[in-house]
Amino acid sequence: MQIIENEKKYDVVIVGSGAGGGMATKVLADSGLKVAVIEAGPFFDPANPAQQTQLKWPHESPRRGAGTTRAFGEFDMAYGGWEIEGEPYNQIGDSQFDWFRSRMLGGRTNHWGRISLRFGPRDFKGKDRDGLGENWPIGYEDIKPYYDKVDKLIGVFGSKEGMYNEPDGYFLPAPKPRLHELYYKKGAEKAGVKVMPSRLSILTKRINNERGICFYCSQCSRSCSVYGDFSAGSCLIFPAQKSGGQVDLYVNSMVREVTTNDEGKATGVLYIDKEDRKEYRVSGKVVVLAASACSTARILLNSKSPQHPNGLGNSSNMVGKYVHDSTGSDRMAFVPDMMNRKRYNEDGVGGMHLYSPWWLDNKKLDFPRGYHIEVWGGLGMPSYGSGFDPNSLNKYLGLKVGGYGNGLREDVKKFYGSVMGMSGRGESIASVDNYCEIDPTTVDEFGIPVLRFNYSWSDYERKQAKHMHDTFEEIIHNMGGVVLGDKPGKDKDYGLLNPGRIIHEVGTTRMGSDPKKSVVNEFEQLHDVDNVFVVDAGPFVSQADKNPTWTILALSWRTSEFIIEQLKKQNI
Amino acid sequence: MNRRDSIRSLFLGSMAGGLALESCVSAPEEVINEKIWQYQYGRTPKEAARDEALLGQQYFENTELNTITRLANLILPPTPEGTVEEAGVPEFIEFMAKDFPGLQTPIRGGLMWLDSYSNRIFGTDFIHSTEDQQHQILDQIAFPDPNTSNQKQEVQFFSLMRNLVMTGYFTSAVGIKELGYKGNQPNVWDGVPDDVLKDHGMSYDASWMPKFVDQSKRNDQAVWDDEGNLIS
Repeated sequence: MQIIENEKKYDVVIVGSGAGGGMATKVLADSGLKVAVIEAGPFFDPANPAQQTQLKWPHESPRRGAGTTRAFGEFDMAYGGWEIEGEPYNQIGDSQFDWFRSRMLGGRTNHWGRISLRFGPRDFKGKDRDGLGENWPIGYEDIKPYYDKVDKLIGVFGSKEGMYNEPDGYFLPAPKPRLHELYYKKGAEKAGVKVMPSRLSILTKRINNERGICFYCSQCSRSCSVYGDFSAGSCLIFPAQKSGGQVDLYVNSMVREVTTNDEGKATGVLYIDKEDRKEYRVSGKVVVLAASACSTARILLNSKSPQHPNGLGNSSNMVGKYVHDSTGSDRMAFVPDMMNRKRYNEDGVGGMHLYSPWWLDNKKLDFPRGYHIEVWGGLGMPSYGSGFDPNSLNKYLGLKVGGYGNGLREDVKKFYGSVMGMSGRGESIASVDNYCEIDPTTVDEFGIPVLRFNYSWSDYERKQAKHMHDTFEEIIHNMGGVVLGDKPGKDKDYGLLNPGRIIHEVGTTRMGSDPKKSVVNEFEQLHDVDNVFVVDAGPFVSQADKNPTWTILALSWRTSEFIIEQLKKQNI
Repeated sequence: MNRRDSIRSLFLGSMAGGLALESCVSAPEEVINEKIWQYQYGRTPKEAARDEALLGQQYFENTELNTITRLANLILPPTPEGTVEEAGVPEFIEFMAKDFPGLQTPIRGGLMWLDSYSNRIFGTDFIHSTEDQQHQILDQIAFPDPNTSNQKQEVQFFSLMRNLVMTGYFTSAVGIKELGYKGNQPNVWDGVPDDVLKDHGMSYDASWMPKFVDQSKRNDQAVWDDEGNLIS
């Protein structure tokens, strides 16, 4: 089988079309550069009726929304999941890292929670605070101008709070809280937990004439057909094309490796077209990797050549090391005061209208770093699972559980909207012992060697999860609720979810000024090869108790400007 | 090609050859096409092919489906609000058994148990016993023992059927209407209605009010001053 050469020569070849790749596409194409975007999944446009799931009812599907084919339910807009047929990954020993991939234009930005938090000044200098992990080579002041630009370009609602480590930005106005969120606010504030409007990249107000305004269907996870939420395809790649940018999309194209020349510089990428299963080469002056932290590590490690025998950019042996996800644990509550609720449309935006940022000082705690609390509940649309155990909550009211007959209808209606939940999402400590690497024993269906993971939590994370549950219970008690389920004990890691479950994996190509200890420099440029950049979450030195997307976008913009400048100066 | 035809071809085109499936009764092609047409909601070609294959098979025997339908009617007897048939509950359970094969043996075995038990006690299978006799059987299996996490098979079976019937009903058009869910449509959220706030003794903090959307200005393009204050 021969490699098919693409005649076209690009200035930049971008691998991946999610947050990092989308932003690079927009900034680089807007500057006049000729860009190729290589995406492993199909073309996707949330406005395309054949692909749209927004505003569909559960009964429009024979499985009523069950998650048989998509992990978060069949209307969720991620083509993929923790398991993808034909694309395995393995574990080392008893490691349990769950790797979520979404194969489609826009990647995971089509379904994500839109929680758009800036890292604060402290988040870049964790080691200065507690001696753990490593500091970033840059600080908040370096990235602030890019956060500002991202806010204005993409749109994020929120409120100015003046908190040092939760920097304010250019916010659209926040939606008013729902009823269960007011209960949460009451309970949390009584427990001394700060509560403030959430910060989500959803348009509560017009931001330009290309994108629609949120119409409050609560379905951002299905990707918005009027582009009222941020997805990389609809908000970055399509606008780059519409404004006349030279952007060629290669979809269903699985990148195997970055190709290099005799001098060891990158010349482009090799990919497998999933339709004809043939290998293609596309060349460019610069290669930008944005395939997601672990996929990028995989591509780099698979890009072996005489010049780069250990894989591309891996002279330090650091590619794949320090992979870390957010910590996560959840708890549910039954609030008797919210039984028999009056009905009204409480959909709101896709996600919570308020949340709690980290509010404590670690000096008084037995674990490092913090977590934020997300809140969920309300009079939501029924889906597969609604009505299960229709009256199990009767046990808290001294009433009979189980049975049959029309009393069950009344039970379901009585309890509708009376259960809510809380999720803690926190910062773990990056460790060199947590890593992914190539598994020489296994290939995927495209013949590409796959990753295997070695990951275990430490007591830092376990103690944090324990603290989450203590906090949840106090808040639930304060709001007059009943805590559901038993408190997870030591045997269950205090309810700490498997690494990878929060889908914030970062750190596999970490940033640093020392080429022996890091993979990329502060401009996300490989120390080893000056025309290869990584703009996904791989370069994150630490994850913070924030969601990574806003920082991926800001860093990708900063890096893209650096690339433009370097190309102008003919440095790369 | 109109929209209906193009979506139909999207479903059908991708699935040539996907229909020959093991040991299951295959429905005539028109029936399959009709069923597929019911469901159009953003499937990938692979997902659509899988759905078509499942919709083209029948797992439960007709006698089993009759028992499932009877059981569903005992769990949720018809009311003017809606019936399990209007909610498509039997078809939903048939589909789920194929979609999630782990359900097959517990349901098929449970149905068999139901008939055996009924035969033993009343000398007739479940569906031919009287309503009163059916109630007597359900009374034995519809109330899980609160003091154990290991419920007996027949109790687990009934809980499973109750779950499927309840979720099938409340995810249907009639069920959603009965529940009173008001969303899934374009609207403008401007907070919890005042009377609800009052009933719950809640209010929006005066200090928070300036943070919230002024929905009368949602169409005005956002403009900020240099300090990040929204001024439009």
